Amino acid sequence: MTGILFLEQLLNGLGFGLMLFLLAAGLTLVFGIMDVLNLAHGSLFMSGAYVAAQAHQQSGSFVAAIALAVLVTVVVAALLEVLLMRQLYKRDHLAQVLATFGVILVADDLVKMIWGPSPVMAPTPAALSGPIEIIDGLPYPAYRLVILGAGVLVALALYLLVNHTRVGMRVRAGASDRPMAELMGVHVGRIFNGVFLLGAALAALAGALMGPIVAVQVGMGEQILIPALVVLVIGGIGSVRGAFVAALLVGLVDTIGRAFLPMLLRATLPPATAADLGPLFAEVAMYALMVVVLIFRPSGLFSART
Amino acid sequence: MRSKSTKPPVATALSRTLRSLMLASAFGVAGAALAAPVKVGLALDISGPFAALGAEARDGFALGIKQLGGKLGGQPVEFVQADMAGSPDQAKQLVDRMIQRDKIDLFSGPIGSNIALAVGPTLFAAKVPYLSSNAGPSQFAGAQCNAYFFGTAYQNDQFHEAAGKFAQDRGFKKMVMIAPNYPAGKDALGGAKRQFKGQVADELYTKLGQIDYAAELAQIRAAKPDSIYFFLPGAMGINFIKQFVGAGLSKDITLVTSGFSADEDVIGAVGEPMLGLFNTSHWAHDLDNAANKAFVDAFKKEYNGRYPSVYAAQAYDVILAMDAAVKQAGGNAQNREAVIAALKKANYASTRGSFKYANNHYPIENFYLRVIGKDAQGKITNKTVSTLLTNYGDTYSDKCPMK
Repeated sequence: MTGILFLEQLLNGLGFGLMLFLLAAGLTLVFGIMDVLNLAHGSLFMSGAYVAAQAHQQSGSFVAAIALAVLVTVVVAALLEVLLMRQLYKRDHLAQVLATFGVILVADDLVKMIWGPSPVMAPTPAALSGPIEIIDGLPYPAYRLVILGAGVLVALALYLLVNHTRVGMRVRAGASDRPMAELMGVHVGRIFNGVFLLGAALAALAGALMGPIVAVQVGMGEQILIPALVVLVIGGIGSVRGAFVAALLVGLVDTIGRAFLPMLLRATLPPATAADLGPLFAEVAMYALMVVVLIFRPSGLFSART
Repeated sequence: MRSKSTKPPVATALSRTLRSLMLASAFGVAGAALAAPVKVGLALDISGPFAALGAEARDGFALGIKQLGGKLGGQPVEFVQADMAGSPDQAKQLVDRMIQRDKIDLFSGPIGSNIALAVGPTLFAAKVPYLSSNAGPSQFAGAQCNAYFFGTAYQNDQFHEAAGKFAQDRGFKKMVMIAPNYPAGKDALGGAKRQFKGQVADELYTKLGQIDYAAELAQIRAAKPDSIYFFLPGAMGINFIKQFVGAGLSKDITLVTSGFSADEDVIGAVGEPMLGLFNTSHWAHDLDNAANKAFVDAFKKEYNGRYPSVYAAQAYDVILAMDAAVKQAGGNAQNREAVIAALKKANYASTRGSFKYANNHYPIENFYLRVIGKDAQGKITNKTVSTLLTNYGDTYSDKCPMK
């Protein structure tokens, strides 16, 4: 009984971690490789969620909805890149933060103009709307298994792309020494455009996949941006591997904190004190993890920079 | 540096005097009938955490204002509108400006209790009657009650007490309760427990704005309750319901909530999984009274057939209450005592039917059980089932020194 509960919470933690990874992967690619801090990454996530929700409602096909969401968001990101991001590549991080924060405000208002201020419906595909009994006595939401699977696939694909392809090699070369790479004939500018669009596609995928289990509403990108940034910092800026490990860690610590900390406190402290402290500790568990990691490894677990 | 006017200063002073004399005589001719317009400050929380609810309230206000031809009690009105964005700091500044620069006579609008608590004291000090179109904080209901505050909609706890009553009546034996870890969350569970006498197997407090509820849902499954009371306003409720249904828990466990997590804004975002959800409110769009029928019809006509939510109805009610109060005060909104005395009578056709105010200016009213189902056109919406609490007041009024 308790064994199953523990297993279930472990799975929940991994699931939440993989959700965070989907978002943080794009963020860390763009930040780590291009050295651009793009706060509007959350807005691309929101775009993915809204387009997928709308397309799913109208077409009835979840797969088509996801594809369209990624496509539309990549087009939006391409426009954003041409109109704004290019001016920011050479500016410092503060300018990037300010400008992309401005993008968040504009994006939120645009979404409100198009879809209105109320959250919109993002249906779960009918076949995945219930639980599946993965082992005896543990029914698990089928849709969450899809997110788990998607997270693992994306991690694998990114690993292969960055570490085992020619494009990936050029990306790494451009990131570590841009002038030298250009001397060797790599179009770093073009490669970076590609990286930015890939980051946008990952954000859109995350948004489209999370739509059915969260509220699709204005500002949803900002809400999830903070845990994604925590993942980025713990993992080490620019490291996809770091983002993966950190996302799983954050997911596990957050879930375990919420699931077992209050229980543990209730067993050891007077009920009133435990009731006050439990949720409080659970809330800060993720940040405590960040602090501990940064004390021992100030540049994160797998820093891509030296 | 150049001076703005090229005229010599003496001539400027002269022309200014002349102009003001002319103005004065113009007013003199128009006579005493031309009173200054009533000024109403309206907070529109159309961005920020309560954006969806704020937009509902705005639509309710707008409909009321339109129906009255932009007048209150027959007097011309100027509505000073501002988006407070659900932020207490911003709200405080905007309300200060409404009082000092615009000299408002009446105020309404903020959605959140935290905003109400932030702007209340300033309004009370300036003696501006504040009709709360939604928030009903307990703080203004007990020892800190104020003659200038009217919780026109409800006192926060009442919603949850009604839900606890429903759970008790329905004979649920074992309940898990879940709310965000902030003052209103604790008040909510406290309110529900006041009426529910069965076993509360667990009380879960979550992060405010939490996205993922998998950990809590696993705990709920392990506790094997027959029902859950949840108070998770806005997006939190949407996340929770979607994930609850996805986890397959809706087969064995009945969800119970207050109207806050089961109104049109949430239904629109969740859809089918909401069917069969029991919730409590002091108002419903199918409530059987003439004022409500007229309101719901007008609202649907104005806004493409959309059902009004409780926030829209409450905002509309506030405009009606203001209209009645200005009229009963003889059209003089500057006479604060008369306005307060008139407001206190609640003598207007409220969409919830007639109600009274307790000594603390919070309503004594009915609370209804609603269930989410489909209407004749197959649209998912709330239906009234029964009356849970009749002429129900709040538990703080006896601590209020006002008589």
